[in-house]
Amino acid sequence: MLQINNLTNTVGGKPILKGLSLAINAGEIHAIMGPNGAGKSTLAYALGGRPGYEVTGGSVLFTPTSVRVEPGRDMDTPTVLDDARTERGAEPIDLLALDPHERAAAGLFLGFQYPVEIPGVSNLQFLREALNSQRKARGQEPLSGGEFIKLAKAKAALLNMDMDMLKRPVNVGFSGGEKKRNEMVQMGILDPKLAILDETDSGLDIDALRIVGAGINTIMRKPDKAVLLITHYQRLLDYVKPDFVHVLADGRIVKSGGPELALELEREGYAEVLAA
Amino acid sequence: MNALAPLPTRKAEAWRYSDMDAVARVWPVAAPQRIVVAAGESQTHTLLQDAPDGASAIHDYVIDVADGASCGFHVLNIGGKLGRVTFDVRLGAAAHFALHGAIIGGGEQTLEIVTTVSHAQPDATSEQTVRAILGGHATGSYLGKVAVARDAQKTDSSQSFKAMLLERTATANAKPELEIYADDVKCAHGATVGELDKSALFYMASRGIDPALAQTLLLRSFVAGVFDGIADEQTRAQFEAAALAKLEALNAR
Repeated sequence: MLQINNLTNTVGGKPILKGLSLAINAGEIHAIMGPNGAGKSTLAYALGGRPGYEVTGGSVLFTPTSVRVEPGRDMDTPTVLDDARTERGAEPIDLLALDPHERAAAGLFLGFQYPVEIPGVSNLQFLREALNSQRKARGQEPLSGGEFIKLAKAKAALLNMDMDMLKRPVNVGFSGGEKKRNEMVQMGILDPKLAILDETDSGLDIDALRIVGAGINTIMRKPDKAVLLITHYQRLLDYVKPDFVHVLADGRIVKSGGPELALELEREGYAEVLAA
Repeated sequence: MNALAPLPTRKAEAWRYSDMDAVARVWPVAAPQRIVVAAGESQTHTLLQDAPDGASAIHDYVIDVADGASCGFHVLNIGGKLGRVTFDVRLGAAAHFALHGAIIGGGEQTLEIVTTVSHAQPDATSEQTVRAILGGHATGSYLGKVAVARDAQKTDSSQSFKAMLLERTATANAKPELEIYADDVKCAHGATVGELDKSALFYMASRGIDPALAQTLLLRSFVAGVFDGIADEQTRAQFEAAALAKLEALNAR
């Protein structure tokens, strides 16, 4: 689904990613851990196409998969969301050639460590514009107001979120935990193929962590989807079990392993594990 | 300003940021429009200034709001090479004046709202809210003077001007001015000039919203509320549609 080859980039002229390679297949959940300043958030922003995170070398191929979900099996997705993406086959896309909004329409979702507040634009309006922009880019009909509200209600309920919060301006006055839950509601509504979640666990208390973890599993744990979790801590991985764990240090993946690697890091610290 | 008045210069405070070539083309301008609100009455007015490209549009109002009366004015200033709207307001005792304005300009436009609100008697209130969105080489100005006479105790006035610059080549001028001779008054004023929030634009893009739509959504929210107070639904819809069309025209360039 995602093939990152020897990716290098600079932020403000300073090299951050220094030849990062990573392959993620459909149906997999990968976790990237690493010390502060290793380049974890930079990787997320570079993949999302944030201005100022200039890619200087390497390639990223994105292949939205063509696995079909049997009708009726995916209970929480309304039938109106029959997915044109699945009929396009599985041609790899040069992700870095796309603008940020085109990457989203291709099926990439970026969960922000610090979700942005947008005063004056309601969550519902924002999400409806976003979903219909993506659908338009994929040659699908826009959702009507009624269809959209039904979808939004279902996804908000999944994350224990009040519909009133969806009517409020985007993230304005939300607590840290509410912002993260709102990110997951957005992910549920936009229904991406690949989610890159940047420290989605930070700022969450134990209960919120469980809800968000369950949300990620429900929305993304599917044979045609994949997740890249960026996190400092093992605790989210108790709820969202990764298939692979990678250690990012000084702009490169320096170690990869199974879920046990996260436990080892938690127990012994980055310095110890990296030195070994 | 009457037919005999000499052409003003930019040395005069009220003309400091104007487009004098555009002014000269239509000078002398007609006498100001007079609005009289009788004691205890309440009036609302609107002006949609959408003169054709290249035109010089100057609208001057002299408004007398008598004791206990109230006057509300909504103005959308978007048209012409020069779009200038001025208000000279005199408030009686316990009178009220409210101005809600939006300026949206691009290209080489100069758009301005110039006000003088005189609190001549006690207990009067005035509020002025102006929002400006400027692209290209446009200049948008709000010059607001509040004069409070010695007897005008308990005056409560506010001025709020906020401008958004879409490009570094655009200019916003804000000049709230207070002239207070009474000692028991409240006169608030605030002015900010900013740019579109880049992190909000990327956040919206990351959700699939293209840059033009993201900009329109942010700008709409910036001016949202200016026209909420227009009681007549049809007029309100007309103002909102004109503002949106102008925003989209700015985006399309």
